[in-house]
Amino acid sequence: MFTHEFVRNAYLAGTFIALACGITGWFVVLRGQLFAGDALTHVAFVGAIAAAVLGFDERVGLFVLTLLVAGGMALLGRRGQADDAVIGTVFAWILGIGVFLLAVLATSASGGTGVSAANTLFGSIYSLTPGGSRLAAAIGLAVALAILTALRPLLLATLDAELAVIRGIPARMLAVAFLVVLAVVTAESTQAVGALLLLGLLAAPGGAAHRLTTRPYRGIALSALIAVLAMWGGLALSYEIASLPPSSAIIGLAGAAYAAATVLTGSRAPNG
Amino acid sequence: MTPTLSPNPITDLNALFTFPFMVNALEAGTIVAVLAAVVGWYMVLRRQSFAGHTLSVMAFPGAAGAALIGLPSTLGYYLACGGAALLMRSRRWSIRSRSGSQTETVTIATVQTLGLAAGFLFLSLNNAVLGGTETLLFGTFLGVSRGQVLALLIVALVVLALIALAARPLLLETIDPEAARARGLPVALLDAGFLLLLAAAVAATSQITGALLVFALLVAPAAAAQQVTMRPALGLVLSVVFALAIVWLGLGIAYFSIYPVGFYVTSIAFAVYLAARLARTVKRAR
Repeated sequence: MFTHEFVRNAYLAGTFIALACGITGWFVVLRGQLFAGDALTHVAFVGAIAAAVLGFDERVGLFVLTLLVAGGMALLGRRGQADDAVIGTVFAWILGIGVFLLAVLATSASGGTGVSAANTLFGSIYSLTPGGSRLAAAIGLAVALAILTALRPLLLATLDAELAVIRGIPARMLAVAFLVVLAVVTAESTQAVGALLLLGLLAAPGGAAHRLTTRPYRGIALSALIAVLAMWGGLALSYEIASLPPSSAIIGLAGAAYAAATVLTGSRAPNG
Repeated sequence: MTPTLSPNPITDLNALFTFPFMVNALEAGTIVAVLAAVVGWYMVLRRQSFAGHTLSVMAFPGAAGAALIGLPSTLGYYLACGGAALLMRSRRWSIRSRSGSQTETVTIATVQTLGLAAGFLFLSLNNAVLGGTETLLFGTFLGVSRGQVLALLIVALVVLALIALAARPLLLETIDPEAARARGLPVALLDAGFLLLLAAAVAATSQITGALLVFALLVAPAAAAQQVTMRPALGLVLSVVFALAIVWLGLGIAYFSIYPVGFYVTSIAFAVYLAARLARTVKRAR
């Protein structure tokens, strides 16, 4: 199956996107920011529609809007962590704007928006161009390296913010930076697995790793491994079974990994 | 024919009630507003907005799955939402610690994306066209039938009656799970029961507002009310008042506009929340 160029593109982009999602996801779970991740992924969808309305490249809309909202959430909330109700209210409104933009698109002269909306919502990793997949891989790798560079301070700031501040680590700035990185991951991965399904690639591998081990380094490696394996397996499965969309297969495998980890560790209190 | 605003507000108001579809929409909107405001008030207080959002997107796999195997879509909505609620049934009462709430959110996130992935799979198995997806996600407020209004009314009455029945124990369990357990309240049952009621409310509402917008009605009026007052009875009433104002105003404006109801409803909801926050800040500053 690697004789096809579109499959090679999908594997190249998918591997690094999964790597970035796995590493970021481990921290998202540890920091309890999954709801923020949920909001960001929906915002990404609205960003893509906004770009279509304004006639920009889809990626511009994705990155600009997710970064703006991530910045806003970081600034509004205390210690860079927005409140449950604040996130909910803000992102319900942004979805409403998305509805409005969809209507603008539908009434405007250029039709054919249904397909692009579906691609943004559910991803279309098999339609990536060679250039697009290289860019996606580069961004994924950059995100992974950025987090690994700041690994120790980020870990300390997450687990014990006060101790981190005493040690001279700018915990608040790290929190904002982390949300920005999350926004980059979101915007990039939206093209591959889709805005609605991305959350699973952040939550399930990270959650499974947290269930299986308490050690941070092992956990991060495990989370990245699960994410990459789910990506590879999902792509292969959807290649073999024509009616199975790749994003559904990837998320299905990632979810299965989390379910397996939950069953394996039983009802034993999870570690954090 | 596009309705236009006249200088006389009375004529405008009358115009709103000339068409049966508009009357149905207003009735459905009123029921939805009261239901979402009451259930949402508890949801926000319990910090279960994430679970609420997950339940609201479950309408998508529900409807897509029902279409695939030929069940009525209403049944699909209730089955998917109820199933998700049972899967997410948390043990909030034993896990006030950080690590506990982590697993809870991971489970919620995983359930949500698995549901959406399944919905996408059902759609592709069914070779469905995408126009249906958008309706599913964003709803058709103006295409509500008489039967739907009646069904909505029955579900709303049952859910509200059950909440009224358990109002005080549920409040205690929400605010102080330990104390509730010490008093011998069935906390696990209350927790699972509330999620199921939330699921029923979401399933009923999302058939009309669409999967993505039911969430705005659940969270915004309640969050605004809790900015204004923490007294339960007053807060619940305020939440209902906000929700009714949001829905009526949104439907009224949308009638005279070419843009969708969802946009107006969410925007007004957000404005109400901002106003409530601002009012609180001003009050504190004094």
